[in-house]
Amino acid sequence: MTSHSNGNSDSFVKMPTIKFTKLFINGKFVDSISGKTFETIDPRTEEAITRVAEGDKEDIDLAVKAAREAFDNGPWPRLSGFDRGRIMMKFADLIDEHAEELAALDTIDAGKLFVEGKAGIPHSANMLRYYAGAADKIHGEVLKMSREFHAYTLREPIGVVGHIIPWNFPTAMFLGKVSPALAAGCTMVVKPAEQTPLSALYYAHLSKLAGIPDGVLNVATGFGPTAGAAISSHMDIDAVSFTGSTEVGREVMQAAAKSNLKTLSLELGGKSPLIIFDDADLDKAAELALLGILYNKGEICVASSRVFVQEGIYDEFVKKLLEKKKSWTVGDPFDPKVRQGPQIDKKQFDKILSYIEHGKREGATLLTGGKPLGHNKGYYIEPTVFTDVKEDMLIAKDEIFGPVMSLMKFKTIDEAIKKANNTTYGLAAGVMTKDLNVANTVSRSIRAGIIWINCYFAFDQDVPYGGYKMSGFGRDFGLDALYKYLQVKSVVTPIYNSPWL
Amino acid sequence: MASRRISSLLSRSFSASSATLFSRGRSTSNLSRGINKYSTAAALEDPINPPVNVNYTQLLIGGQFVDAASGKTFQTLDPRTGDVIANVAEGDAEDVNRAVATARKAFDEGPWPRMTAYERQRVLLRFADLIEQHNDELAALETWDNGKPYEQAAKIEVPMLARLMRYYAGWADKIHGLTVPADGPYHVQTLHEPIGVAGQIIPWNFPLLMFGWKVGPALACGNTIVMKTAEQTPLSALLASKLLHEAGLPSGVLNVVSGFGPTAGAAIANHMDVDKLAFTGSTATGKVVLQLASKSNLKPVTLELGGKSPFIVCEDADVDKAVELAHFALFFNQGQCCCAGSRTFVHERVYDEFVEKAKARALNRSVGDPFKGGIEQGPQIDTDQFDKILNYINSGIESGATLETGGERFGNKGYYIKPTVFSNVKDDMLIAKDEIFGPVQTILKYKDLDEVIRRANSTHYGLAAGVFTHNIDTANTLTRALRVGTVWVNCFDTFDAAIPFGGYKMSGHGREKGIYSLNNYLQVKAVVTPLNNPAWL
Repeated sequence: MTSHSNGNSDSFVKMPTIKFTKLFINGKFVDSISGKTFETIDPRTEEAITRVAEGDKEDIDLAVKAAREAFDNGPWPRLSGFDRGRIMMKFADLIDEHAEELAALDTIDAGKLFVEGKAGIPHSANMLRYYAGAADKIHGEVLKMSREFHAYTLREPIGVVGHIIPWNFPTAMFLGKVSPALAAGCTMVVKPAEQTPLSALYYAHLSKLAGIPDGVLNVATGFGPTAGAAISSHMDIDAVSFTGSTEVGREVMQAAAKSNLKTLSLELGGKSPLIIFDDADLDKAAELALLGILYNKGEICVASSRVFVQEGIYDEFVKKLLEKKKSWTVGDPFDPKVRQGPQIDKKQFDKILSYIEHGKREGATLLTGGKPLGHNKGYYIEPTVFTDVKEDMLIAKDEIFGPVMSLMKFKTIDEAIKKANNTTYGLAAGVMTKDLNVANTVSRSIRAGIIWINCYFAFDQDVPYGGYKMSGFGRDFGLDALYKYLQVKSVVTPIYNSPWL
Repeated sequence: MASRRISSLLSRSFSASSATLFSRGRSTSNLSRGINKYSTAAALEDPINPPVNVNYTQLLIGGQFVDAASGKTFQTLDPRTGDVIANVAEGDAEDVNRAVATARKAFDEGPWPRMTAYERQRVLLRFADLIEQHNDELAALETWDNGKPYEQAAKIEVPMLARLMRYYAGWADKIHGLTVPADGPYHVQTLHEPIGVAGQIIPWNFPLLMFGWKVGPALACGNTIVMKTAEQTPLSALLASKLLHEAGLPSGVLNVVSGFGPTAGAAIANHMDVDKLAFTGSTATGKVVLQLASKSNLKPVTLELGGKSPFIVCEDADVDKAVELAHFALFFNQGQCCCAGSRTFVHERVYDEFVEKAKARALNRSVGDPFKGGIEQGPQIDTDQFDKILNYINSGIESGATLETGGERFGNKGYYIKPTVFSNVKDDMLIAKDEIFGPVQTILKYKDLDEVIRRANSTHYGLAAGVFTHNIDTANTLTRALRVGTVWVNCFDTFDAAIPFGGYKMSGHGREKGIYSLNNYLQVKAVVTPLNNPAWL
């Protein structure tokens, strides 16, 4: 039985005071034009934390106008990369100084583990430092022409960027998107998810303290169909970077196509396989499999939601998995003993439970879990594992975005590859094996943007990740993400009497 | 940050962190009003007391300041007076051996190459912060030991050192190998590994910046270092190294051995356990260094050596601006720059006017105690250089060049030389061929572009060139035709952490700064393994 902590949060940490609830436009916190607000809910209690300004089309217009002005006439793209980097470094230092408060905001807003946030927020600030260091290293190339011409490329900032970010990693997504765009010299409008607007507004405040000029970084809280749609269809936004569901990704792309053909990057859903071969370290495999689906309550696009285990170790693996699950504690995310907090909201909570019902109905075996947890309050769900899952079952095909593992058996490497690739998604994959050849073959064969060999969730600021197939296109993190925010301009001029060509 | 008086020349440049050393088009003559010109000052006033103490004079080995094994010391002199500033431990082969052993151990077993690049980055960033906190102290040591204007050290060079460290800090976690396509079923990748123990020998003309050019990339890549500073200027590197340790550099990673070339320098170049050598200095010494490397363990060597860089004033030039830039290109840092624009080629159409104005500008150059505000030119580094420069000046006169101004000592104490301008210089005169490394401008006349290209390239050197024109075709033609490592078009001495620097021909091997410098401190390891049934190749 999964243990459940219902410890009182107040005994663990001081609740943060909510300081910022308005839109951040052109360096100022302002009400929405309509005056409307929406509630942001604490998923532990299902109660409202506060009301936040609800941005809509007119507010986005204002934010874009500010960003446009800051790009076209402001100092930010005109600073040297080094000077932009210095300001970003300062921004990162300010985040470090406020890490605990920010972690608490993400915990009450998203149900994220407080301990992880406290450690994880400075880690996310490193994203700023990484791109700060990249800002003065944006090289174009001098080209080799086939005639008497001199040519070179300039990598110019792409302009005004719209970032639409999800609720599962409010901090990491915010900094993951904003940092490379800042380094490139872009200005931007960020729409955080309506479930988790609080830390984004705090970051906006810190960005101003750090010295990022007004209008460079605007944050408009609100909903997808209104504020989000206004960004993706805006005629004066040059690029949009979206992270969220595949279905919303489609809408964003259509809006871009119908408006100004803005450049897009989409980081969407996944149904990522974790393939465990007979020769794998069984303990580690069971640990990673559990972590792969339960980390962040399964609310992570790269969750290893399909676990393929080779038949020779299958039974032993199941035993280990159940054993390890015993020490996996679900409960108040402020409790340092807890590994899993509540799901983000009622909608997700209901959706996950309905997938679990589907699984049972379709004939999969519910090995463990499957029920809500938590004394009628909060969106807690038991870690859930299905065995005897067939590839055509809904729980093996759809992204559940919750703590629900589909366990499957395979015989050969070819079969594992085939099954793993049998999905419309292609975000990530894990491979557990000691065999170099198996690792290499699987790495090249899986159609996914990141392959973790004998590890999982090994993210790093220097490691790009993003999707194949319907998991999206474009990459976040690494230098690849920087290039998303840069245009390439070729400059060509004739030369005369050059001693070499 | 301590006070930064900008009652100075080139004030716009001083305030620019982008390190453009010279703002084009800015006339400095009106700014230098009220400053003693050498032509009017009969004698130097008493030297200003440097606002700094000398706290570090020993060798830095294994994180400790230690005496030389021999117990010997040498004097480092104040070039303003020839007086002794301090006695500094004199490293020799035995000390180099100790330093290399320490660096070896720090590389083979220590934390530096094993920590994450991110952590290495943090150390370099903290170092940059400490440099800023100690800006004036570092600058004062630099001026005292070297004789360069304090304002130049404090407003340009020390901030540039901090900037260099931040730049290389940013590279530490972006050193990428490649995955490589093979002609067959193989998986291939390259690992860019630190090269090991780096020996670094730096000159006296920009002690701190040369320290930075060498140390920044070597440390970012995870190497350990044995550095020999110039015997003329050992002081600032010792303080900077102390700060680097304060920033969290593990002991043994950076070892600094003060001493002389034939003893300590040769011991590094010769050492069987030094994996890489970087040398900046004269071409003559560069040859010796390369020979020692080839006779010992074939360590790869980067050399940044002498120059006789052309500064080409084209016929469309605005003469006033050209004069100012050419003046700066040569006289900056007392003419003690390897890339000094020491051959000023002027198109015949503007030649006479140019010579007249160049002379006037040189006459107007403020020479004096480098600690004094507004001073453009301090003393030369030492008596050897001082004598050598005066000898070249005599040679110029004897060979029939026209001495327009200067040509002699300034004052009666220290190593000051009057800004000197020769016109009617011919290509075969010694002053047009040799690197003088002093405040001696040689002006040559030319007729057409092909001629000036030929003459500009007619040298064993190939470090840099200046081109002054607004014609895009002329600029492009000269840019590609000149056999040099840096071409400055309508600017000069524009240095930046990201811009690579180095020589063609006998000006050296390899490039420093920018992304190029990383390659000097990395080994490339190709890793190859067969693939079974790869999904693609």
